Amino acid sequence: MSDIGIDVAEVLPTRSFAWLRRIGHSKVAVLGCAILIFWICVAIAAPWISPFPPNQTIRSMALPGTLAPNGGVFWFGTDHLGRDILSRVIWGTRTVLIYAPLATALAFAVGVTAGLLAGYKRGWLDALLSRLSDLVLAFPALVLYIIIVAKFGASGLNIVLAVTLASSPAIMRLTRGLVLALRGRAFVAAAQLRGEPAWRIMFIEILPNASGPLIVDACLRLGYVVITIGTLGFLGLGLPPPDPDWGGMVNETRKFALVFPHMVLFPCIAVSSLVLGLNLLADGLRELVTQD
Amino acid sequence: MLAQAPLLEMIDVSVSYRARAGAVPAVTGVSLTIHEGEAFGLVGESGCGKSTLGMASLGYFGRNGRLTGGSIRFAGQDIAGLTQQELRRIRGPGIGIVYQEAMSALNPSIRIGAQLAEVAIAHRGLSPRQARLAACSMLAEMQVPDPERIMAAYPHQLSGGQQQRAVIAMALLPRPRLLLLDEPTTSLDVTIEAGIVDLLAMLRRTHNTAMLFISHNLGLVGQICDRAAVMYAGEIVETGKVQEMFAQPRHPYTMGLVRCIPRPDLPRGAQCLVPIPGQVSAPGDRPTGCRFGPRCEHFSRGVCDRAAISLEAIDPHSTVRCARAAAVAPLPMLQRVDGVTDLREETLVAVEGLDKFYALRGPAKGHVVRANQGLTFEAARGQTLAIVGESGCGKSTFANVLMGLTAASGGRLRFATIDLARLPLDKRPAALLRDLQMVFQNPDETLNPSYTVGTQIARAVRRFGVVRDRAGVQARVRSLLSMTHLPTSYASRRPSQLSGGQKQRVGIARALAGAPKLVVADEPVSALDVSVQAAITELLLNIQRTQQTTLIIISHDLGFVRYIANRVVVMYLGRVMEVGAAEHVFEPPYHPYTEALISAAPTIGARRRRIALSGELPSALSPPTGCPLHTRCPRKLGAMCETEPPPERMAQDGHRIACHIPLADLARMQAAAMPAHVAPQQVG
Repeated sequence: MSDIGIDVAEVLPTRSFAWLRRIGHSKVAVLGCAILIFWICVAIAAPWISPFPPNQTIRSMALPGTLAPNGGVFWFGTDHLGRDILSRVIWGTRTVLIYAPLATALAFAVGVTAGLLAGYKRGWLDALLSRLSDLVLAFPALVLYIIIVAKFGASGLNIVLAVTLASSPAIMRLTRGLVLALRGRAFVAAAQLRGEPAWRIMFIEILPNASGPLIVDACLRLGYVVITIGTLGFLGLGLPPPDPDWGGMVNETRKFALVFPHMVLFPCIAVSSLVLGLNLLADGLRELVTQD
Repeated sequence: MLAQAPLLEMIDVSVSYRARAGAVPAVTGVSLTIHEGEAFGLVGESGCGKSTLGMASLGYFGRNGRLTGGSIRFAGQDIAGLTQQELRRIRGPGIGIVYQEAMSALNPSIRIGAQLAEVAIAHRGLSPRQARLAACSMLAEMQVPDPERIMAAYPHQLSGGQQQRAVIAMALLPRPRLLLLDEPTTSLDVTIEAGIVDLLAMLRRTHNTAMLFISHNLGLVGQICDRAAVMYAGEIVETGKVQEMFAQPRHPYTMGLVRCIPRPDLPRGAQCLVPIPGQVSAPGDRPTGCRFGPRCEHFSRGVCDRAAISLEAIDPHSTVRCARAAAVAPLPMLQRVDGVTDLREETLVAVEGLDKFYALRGPAKGHVVRANQGLTFEAARGQTLAIVGESGCGKSTFANVLMGLTAASGGRLRFATIDLARLPLDKRPAALLRDLQMVFQNPDETLNPSYTVGTQIARAVRRFGVVRDRAGVQARVRSLLSMTHLPTSYASRRPSQLSGGQKQRVGIARALAGAPKLVVADEPVSALDVSVQAAITELLLNIQRTQQTTLIIISHDLGFVRYIANRVVVMYLGRVMEVGAAEHVFEPPYHPYTEALISAAPTIGARRRRIALSGELPSALSPPTGCPLHTRCPRKLGAMCETEPPPERMAQDGHRIACHIPLADLARMQAAAMPAHVAPQQVG
């Protein structure tokens, strides 16, 4: 009996998520990552880098670059209530970077679990979950947000719940599709023949193999949620004032936008750049996942 | 004919692929010539550069491939100097190509007729009307039943064999002078494959089309080709006339390949499979001197590893690339040593009248597919039972019922003392799960890509509660790995770092984790290379001998079945046609279906007269009345076969044949059909 087991070429061991380790190979992903890290640093360092307290009225309607009474500079100008826009953008980063990941994570927890159940169990459970998701998807998402937030009040928690309800059906669909492709694989049958419980097969055997596309989707979805939170703020359904929130800043100052475009411009640039960073990261990761 | 200028002439051809790590030389210094009307075979394991070379003859190198040396001349024209437009005049009218996967070669959203006509319009300049006529007559030449209906069908409405015939028709429509066939029958059943082989032989006679036939199946190449080249690690190691070359191989690699193939034409026990050790070295990692050196039994330091070995002519037809060609004699064929099987013949699995019906839903509501109908057979403890038949005969359904993945509709399936027929997986006690394990077909799907080999085996060990403590589990994992001839260091590897054969070994190790009483193996070797097939076959036999495990093997490969099985069940359309000990089933009298399967299996030995099954497998929705085989049976008696179910005739020692023909008559007819070579001939 010969030994086929000896490799001529010894291969270096690779780990799971090996594609994540190759992130440096994708310029797009690196750029996206850099933008994201920039905003995270801004959020963390807000108390030290913001030149003024975000809610303090100093001098209203100042243009960008105006000198402040205390000797500082309003680099981004001030708003109609005399608050420093740069400071508000910096502090607003914290709002968005807390609520967007929280909402996305909860949406994924719900959506992935439902998708695993629907795709693995099939039968009536699949039919029920799929029809429920159809029901939610049939509503225009924005109308859904408005109904929920208007009904239950504008608070961080309600925003998170609204986003979860609106995005988990799409996540469920994606997960379900991935599970359907994986459940027929022999390693799943092998686990069944070992008598493994269903939760173990779903979360331990199947889920890690579906993680690539899910992570890419999470990045994209995080971007959508940033926009959603901005939109809710713009519609006056965001976090209650006076705490800074990018969408809310645009909403409060839009009446002055024609005369003082800087009041809406800077929060808008902030939202766009964060979303752009997340989309670039998602594109780069998609490239790496499909190469794998 | 040989005096003419060759049709395809490759001189010293090298092809490289650009990769991140640098250039990968896939093919180096290959020379071959194919003359008008000649069939030339290209054999070797996967990764040897066969397909790269085949595509190079079309001037196609892929996005990152490049001709790095030599010249390719087709009909006197140098392919390398041609523009894309000129190449287009060669691809099609000059060289036609038939791919392995017919389904992916056809456009799923265009009717077959339109796809074929398009070729005739583009390459022969016919009017749409003429093109349709040409397409239809070409399909008729492919011997498909009812060409008009096929013309109007979409690819998914055709069977695999019909799809492949449509692809061959498409390749032949521009009237090519050379037909390039890249593993054209690999995904087809043996009986369908045999039909395609006959078709190719006929096309050669009628059209005088030359063929370049790429295959890993030596038997097929032996049937179709006049001459062949054996490729190894990107170069040709031996060329010659096929029959001579396979009977008397001169290169150690060819010898190794020949010894890896079970020979259904030799008596059982006359042959022992000898796998080739190691694997094909990667293009960037080839040894100096002989590339086969690291795997060669005749390797001699200082002779074989000094400098590149050249291809030397042995006689006018043959060349060989071996420094020790004169000294290397083929090793004698080893006699197979069977372990002492338990003679008590205690029954472990008893199947009695097992039925599995599926009620269809959707548009076919009301129809019932009888996947298994009245199956009755037994498997003895410690033996190997093989279930054979074409795909769609219900063999995998039976495995699913046995494993508890689906419940039977009726009948009994006794395992030891428990009736499993209607016992679903989640109702089975842990001890039963442990006793019944499975080895899967596809090595790429058998392991979870996310975990290391060790983790996966350890999970099975823990699950079956063989040992509980950490050190004990690790020790058991190591012993399972060495039982399947894998280094214990492989425990820390991921499936993506293993070759197909290694993955299959891990799959076997995982199945053995709880020391099962019965292992069901569904086509365990069909997705592997020949040399690896031999190794896995020997491993299964070895495990059965040492562990006294009962094996149920599901396979369509009769050579493999004959080699490995003690008992054989032949199934057709959900019913058992023949059951018996392997030595009885493979000798007359056998069921006409068995006879057809055996004669269809390609072998590197003498060519048998083929007993053809006409047509294709009937739909399981409306199986034929009477004997299910009557629509295709070459030995059909008459109306009786169409109306009355065949009686079960007992031959000897539990050998049963379900056929209207009396056994004595069957034996007489079949002995007459056998070629004279059945007495074991001398093998190289």
